Amino acid sequence: MKYESVIGLEVHAQMSTDTKIFCGCSTKFGAEPNSQTCEICIGMPGVLPVLNRKALEFAIRTGLAMHCSISPYSRFARKNYFYPDLPKGYQISQFEHPICEGGFVEIVVEGETKRIGITRIHMEEDAGKNIHEGNGSYSFVDLNRAGVPLMEIVSEPDIRSAKEASEYMKKLRTILRYLGVCDGNMEQGSLRCDANVSVRPAGRKEYGTRAEVKNINSFRFVEKALEYEIKRQIRVVEEGGKVIQETRLWDSAKGITESMRSKEEAHDYRYFPEPDLVPIAAEQRWIDEIGASLPELPDVKRERFTSEYGLPEYDADLLTTEKAVAEWFEESIKAGGQPKAVANWMMGDLMRLLNEENREIADCPLKPPQLADMLKLIDKGTISGKIAKTVFEEMYRSEKNAEEIVREKGLVQISDESAIEKIVDEVIAKHQKEAARFRAGEEKLLGFFVGQAMKAMKGKANPQVLNELLRKKLS
Amino acid sequence: MELYSLGVHELRRMLDKGEVTAKEIITSVYSRIDAVEQKIKAYVTLPRTEAFLMAEKADRDLSAGTNKVMTGIPVAVKDNMCTKGVPTTCSSKILRNFIPPYESTVTSKLIEAGYVLAGKTNLDEFAMGSSTENSGFHTTRNPWDTQRIPGGSSGGSAAAVAADECIAALGSDTGGSIRQPASLCGVVGMKPTYGRVSRYGLVAFASSLDQIGPITKNVTDCAMLLNVISGRDLRDSTSAPIGVPDFTAAIGKDIKGMKIGVPKEYFIEGMDPEVDAAVREAIRKFESLGAVPVDVSLPHTGYAVATYYVLATSEASSNLARYDGVKYGFRAEGKDLIDTYMRTRAEGFGPEVKRRIMLGTYALSSGYYDAYYRKAQQVRTLIKDDFEKVFREVDVIVTPTSPTAAFRMGEKTEDPLQMYLADIFTISVNLAGVPGISVPCGFTTGNLPIGLQLIGKHFDEETLLTASFAYEQSTEWHKRKPAL
Repeated sequence: MKYESVIGLEVHAQMSTDTKIFCGCSTKFGAEPNSQTCEICIGMPGVLPVLNRKALEFAIRTGLAMHCSISPYSRFARKNYFYPDLPKGYQISQFEHPICEGGFVEIVVEGETKRIGITRIHMEEDAGKNIHEGNGSYSFVDLNRAGVPLMEIVSEPDIRSAKEASEYMKKLRTILRYLGVCDGNMEQGSLRCDANVSVRPAGRKEYGTRAEVKNINSFRFVEKALEYEIKRQIRVVEEGGKVIQETRLWDSAKGITESMRSKEEAHDYRYFPEPDLVPIAAEQRWIDEIGASLPELPDVKRERFTSEYGLPEYDADLLTTEKAVAEWFEESIKAGGQPKAVANWMMGDLMRLLNEENREIADCPLKPPQLADMLKLIDKGTISGKIAKTVFEEMYRSEKNAEEIVREKGLVQISDESAIEKIVDEVIAKHQKEAARFRAGEEKLLGFFVGQAMKAMKGKANPQVLNELLRKKLS
Repeated sequence: MELYSLGVHELRRMLDKGEVTAKEIITSVYSRIDAVEQKIKAYVTLPRTEAFLMAEKADRDLSAGTNKVMTGIPVAVKDNMCTKGVPTTCSSKILRNFIPPYESTVTSKLIEAGYVLAGKTNLDEFAMGSSTENSGFHTTRNPWDTQRIPGGSSGGSAAAVAADECIAALGSDTGGSIRQPASLCGVVGMKPTYGRVSRYGLVAFASSLDQIGPITKNVTDCAMLLNVISGRDLRDSTSAPIGVPDFTAAIGKDIKGMKIGVPKEYFIEGMDPEVDAAVREAIRKFESLGAVPVDVSLPHTGYAVATYYVLATSEASSNLARYDGVKYGFRAEGKDLIDTYMRTRAEGFGPEVKRRIMLGTYALSSGYYDAYYRKAQQVRTLIKDDFEKVFREVDVIVTPTSPTAAFRMGEKTEDPLQMYLADIFTISVNLAGVPGISVPCGFTTGNLPIGLQLIGKHFDEETLLTASFAYEQSTEWHKRKPAL
């Protein structure tokens, strides 16, 4: 029997505000434990939360970018449970009245565009972190993260495969980074994902019983974890068993999901409206202002890159995944670079060099006009494409301009026919046997002669001129 | 006349004229404390050294001419308001050793106004109770009869004011916790409109109902203290972005033609006849002053106590979750984390607090939420609507503050429901969020004070003060002092 999987994702995105959601403490990552805390985020007696306006703005921004409606009446609620990293014994979250509802994002899978519905986006505070060190008889609690603002983005159960889930996650990350509301770093925990997964025989309308998979903490694991869980559920069903409603934990080391708690053991969070915070009624004018300040979003940008610059879909997609990359591209075009050439250099050598050093494009030592200038040297025939590779890498490392490098290293291309002819004659004289074979029809030997000549000229020969001369002399 | 027996406005005048020093006042108050505190037990903490240092600073401000409205005035603060560097226990074992590293907004404002912290007063643990018998430390005695309770939960503050162990005090009121003890101790106590006074630094019992207010020897002092503590606070989102008038300007205005609502639901079967008589007499007094009594009805009054005990306990069950022994306060080590939680809370909380946590936890549980919490919120709206309707016709509402005068210690401790009914006349005011004040209106034959409650419109404490002052000036009740 063929099965279909039904997946909905709950994604927690840490908002990149400077301060926490209900107090003025810094949100900076990696500080000394408990150095970024105050009486409010530690949950001391008598303290009260005050909403960070920036966090609300970021949530609205995200909602608008994902085509949600912004609720005219929104409220915080308390989610009650005991845990040492939760200083108040409850988490301030949203329940009945989330700030955003009913939107969508689009993903492309195997060339097909698909809409994934967004049920809701709500705001909440993060918990702290328990650190288990020492002899096992005690643990530490670090509350630096307690109160860091999060958005929970809940999708509709519209996702049908692990691949789609992974594309959806990537798309969310791209949008959030475009908006500047979340750095999207899954490994550092600023983007976390829980998945509700069920399977059903293909064609059936009713959903199967779902399991929730938690702890998917890396992009690499989104697809792996879901593939595993889908297979596991199909196996259970095929063996005549029943999938049970439970929470399962993804173990990346073992590559499996394991049962954490059943439905019966599930927490009763006793949600109720947070009485310490007044309801939120965001003014329409403010919402409109936020809407007007949204950047061009990736889908629109990708379209424009194909229509305006004539780039292939593949290139447009790659260049618009990161806003900073797209901006780099366009700056280079503005400086006179030919779009397809700029795209090729960026997707090839530039990405390779950045990846080697694990650098973001934001800290790229090479500036967009430098690439445009180098491309002009190629167009003018000053340097060959081959030499350009050396020049490019040298520009990246030394931060000098192409022209400077060409001059200093004497890399100017030799197009002077007489100079090349001299070398061509020498090479043919030296390799009489090969020349004879070429003349007898072994055409592929041309490459051999080009190589020899280039070697003799230290790569500076104009390849077109060299080719022509070789053909002439060998015929 | 001893200095300790005077009120805020009298001492203010004397201090500003240079007739007395702040040090003389705090010396007088502490001599009174030394004389009667053993009998009354109003306080949990007496920070004598700090109090004298604050008085010395007040005297320096007075000679520098930088004196303000509370400069040199010893005020007692209920021990559920955080005072930086001074223990704040909520009369609970679980916070016995808790010393806040921050100041509540109300005490910050008092510091700014130059006050002297007389001490931290006793309360029912976490403000849950009507007699101070639920204090984790000791029961405060009623200065009029030390075999009786002072009311609660701000029983320590009310008793301290009545026994002249301070000049004025702050209490907090969630369901009557300022007004009921003020009534039982024969002093003035006001719960302002919800949102009038910042709750920042007030240890939460039920966040949507809690409100801080003054407990004083007379209505004028109440207005003065209210002036100091009121106002929007950016640290409390529920504090109202609304202007604060000069409340003392409401003192001394005429009440001719003022419409006084008398709700039939507040004069009930089983009420102490002496209380009933005193309140009716007070209404006649208002009439003689030119006010116009109007019979009104608040039809949902009968649901108030039930509604309150669902909502207040629900919020409390969540508010008190932070006392888990992990970060501060009392901890009882267990064999593992869960055991530590359970032992800490089992040993740290008293029986009434546990009862309310369990009630609230139940009311919020999945499957019961709609029947209890949500339903109670709906009824709360009806109760609020009752008041709004009546206030279209009248300026204030008068009722008894408490159905009885002070009861004996132990009389109601065995029956929590009887204890809950002590707040039957005060609870609706918190549910509606409107302001209420209790002023002395007589004594029982056993010489126990009786209180009159006046209820006002949202943010109209001024009319309450005008009416209360007019009444106070036409009676002698507030001048009586307990024999100690």
